[in-house]
Amino acid sequence: MSPNPAATPRKPTGPTAFINARLIDPETNRDEPGGLYVVDGVIADLGAHLRRNAPDGASVVDCKGRVLCPGLVDAQVFTGEPGYEHRETLKTASHSAAAGGVTTMIVMPDTDPVIDQVSLVDFIQRRARDNAIVHVHTMAAVTKGLKGEEMTEVGLLKRAGAVAFSNGKTSVANTRVMKNALLYGRDFGALIVHHTEDPYLAGSGAMNSGEVATRLGLPGISKVAEIIMIERDVRLVEMTGGRYHAATISCPESLGIIRQARARGLHVTCGVSINHLTLNENDIGSYRTFLKVRPPLRKEDDRAAMVNAVANGEIDTIVSSHDPQDADVKRRPFAEAADGAVGLETLLAAALRLYHSGEVALPTLLRPLTVNPAKLFGLPGGRLQKGAPADVILVDLDEPWVVNKDLLRSRSKNSPFDEAKMQGRVLRTLVDGETVFEFAPGR
Amino acid sequence: MATSAQKQAKSFSHRHLLSTEKLTVPEIEFLLDLADKNADSPPQAEKKRQALRGRTHINLFFESSTRTQASFELAAKRLGADVMNMNVATSSVTKGETLVDTAITLNAMRPDIIVVRHHAAGAVELLSQKVDCSVINAGDGAHQHPTQALLDALTIRRAKGRIAGLSVAICGDILHSRVARSNIDVLNTMGARVRLIAPSTLLPARPERLGVEVFTDMWKGIEGVDVVMMLRLQRERMESSYVPSVREYFHFFGLDHEKLARAKPDALVMHPGPMNRGVEIASTIADDPRSVIREQVEMGVAVRMAVLEALAMNLPRPETNKS
Repeated sequence: MSPNPAATPRKPTGPTAFINARLIDPETNRDEPGGLYVVDGVIADLGAHLRRNAPDGASVVDCKGRVLCPGLVDAQVFTGEPGYEHRETLKTASHSAAAGGVTTMIVMPDTDPVIDQVSLVDFIQRRARDNAIVHVHTMAAVTKGLKGEEMTEVGLLKRAGAVAFSNGKTSVANTRVMKNALLYGRDFGALIVHHTEDPYLAGSGAMNSGEVATRLGLPGISKVAEIIMIERDVRLVEMTGGRYHAATISCPESLGIIRQARARGLHVTCGVSINHLTLNENDIGSYRTFLKVRPPLRKEDDRAAMVNAVANGEIDTIVSSHDPQDADVKRRPFAEAADGAVGLETLLAAALRLYHSGEVALPTLLRPLTVNPAKLFGLPGGRLQKGAPADVILVDLDEPWVVNKDLLRSRSKNSPFDEAKMQGRVLRTLVDGETVFEFAPGR
Repeated sequence: MATSAQKQAKSFSHRHLLSTEKLTVPEIEFLLDLADKNADSPPQAEKKRQALRGRTHINLFFESSTRTQASFELAAKRLGADVMNMNVATSSVTKGETLVDTAITLNAMRPDIIVVRHHAAGAVELLSQKVDCSVINAGDGAHQHPTQALLDALTIRRAKGRIAGLSVAICGDILHSRVARSNIDVLNTMGARVRLIAPSTLLPARPERLGVEVFTDMWKGIEGVDVVMMLRLQRERMESSYVPSVREYFHFFGLDHEKLARAKPDALVMHPGPMNRGVEIASTIADDPRSVIREQVEMGVAVRMAVLEALAMNLPRPETNKS
């Protein structure tokens, strides 16, 4: 849905030409100097011919050679609305998104009440329309109350606008329920997005099992809990013909299963969170609870394998897994602290680490951040193409900065990147052609 | 006797009626013709006919039933049989007796016909192997319900004048439905084209192997059909995650005016009962002129009389029985 113009101060609209830019469209592999012309919220024209010459009557923005690319589509954002508004609202999350270059966020059903009914999908859409400054779409719960027992009204929820179905931060442990969800969902073309962790095997684990957990004296979560769940799910997809997306994988074994499933022609895709591409279990240091996430941060080998998978184009979506948690639930002994880390505002900058390190080419890195999730969830954005919505970001790839959690726009400050050095930042964010964020030094 | 039976173009020469699977066109036509006559003669006129006089008919229902049991009882009584209804709730079955022992015990009472309904597929056939009388399957699990399929065929034939060439959509909980399986057999044998309409969660594995077209979209599946046969959806199905809710089920798979408008204008609406108004069928459609649900009940008695008559023709004569 389109954000409400009244929800935020906007630059005056009117035909605008962004000249002297480096245009990058991950879908068509375009990477060239040029310009982009926005009329009525839509990309009216783009290309090298607009590099210096703006059409008559257009207001002109000189991009000074910086990157102009599609705004990010973040396929896993937890907010606190409804139920935990003290942690995050759709409004505060959307401001955080805009500052991070995210023009579309897909919010998760883990709220109170859970988004498992048509009226609640309507609620999210209405609140987002009135308060959010970026596009907001919602996943609906695949089981009532996320309890993993009874399927929700998949058909009616999809009609109401749910872009996918998820059991949020929990896995559907009951295999029969998962089978029925995939089978029933298939009739409606519904995509099932699944958090993959066998809850019995994971037990009360607090971090990746291994040497670090042993030394810290923390209960471990074996990656086998993830592997088993993905293996099971793939068998169910094969049985039912359903559409399936593993929300966030964290180890090469999971990727191997998905690779084989695809080779067999199954509709299986996978995502990875930015945390698992840029951090590992060693970063937990002395019990830093802001690095307590699900799935847990794995070993460096696992992280490197995930980066390699991004470079190979085997990862369909990179998500922030933005999960605001307040001090009350984070400032606790590690094992008792809540899972989750905010990430909307640092998503692009953290991802650019892979580009600066030379591990992943820029269009390859941007694909799972833009057009891939847009296609997977059936959304129009994520492309720098004529006729596409002007959801566009202007990025300085090299600008150095240091993350200061107190300056984050999110209502919660649980960033695993606090005090981290970043290279590259979003200068301007356009949603439907309107500037919803512009970087001002000092902020 | 065998030769005279062979001379007849249409006949029914089986001891039991357990399944519709192997019924032939002449056998089905024979039963439907017989049932037609029963339906056309007023019940009072030849009350207590002679076909089953002196015969013992037992209704053995391990699953509760109102209309099927009443229908069999009425049919048997109209044919002059002595009818006994076994109330399973108070019988030895609840005291732990096995099905086979129950069969042997009943057989010792020398009945002529036993009508059985059981919750387990194959149970009626198992029982039939242990008794000397005729056995009629009144429903075994999700397997077969032959007399329902025959009464449905009769209802269609009387309303449309034929079965061959008609397009029939069976909609709803196919997975758990014995009515669907028996109807698929009879309708296919009689030359109708059968479509199944259900969400994938309520379809059995490989349904297309039954010789039907399968649809998970009711709006498409109902397009241009001559007959719409709705199946009952049990509420337990919601709790077991086959379908999410009554509201969603009715929206996508319930028969309402919008969906029915896509069938032929003179399409028949059928339901084996008992109906869940507002779950699988809109209340106003159940009472619509296109609905033949009431006729189905009426044909039930006529068809069951026909089946009892046909089986009685093959029973040993009571006189020879005694000697």
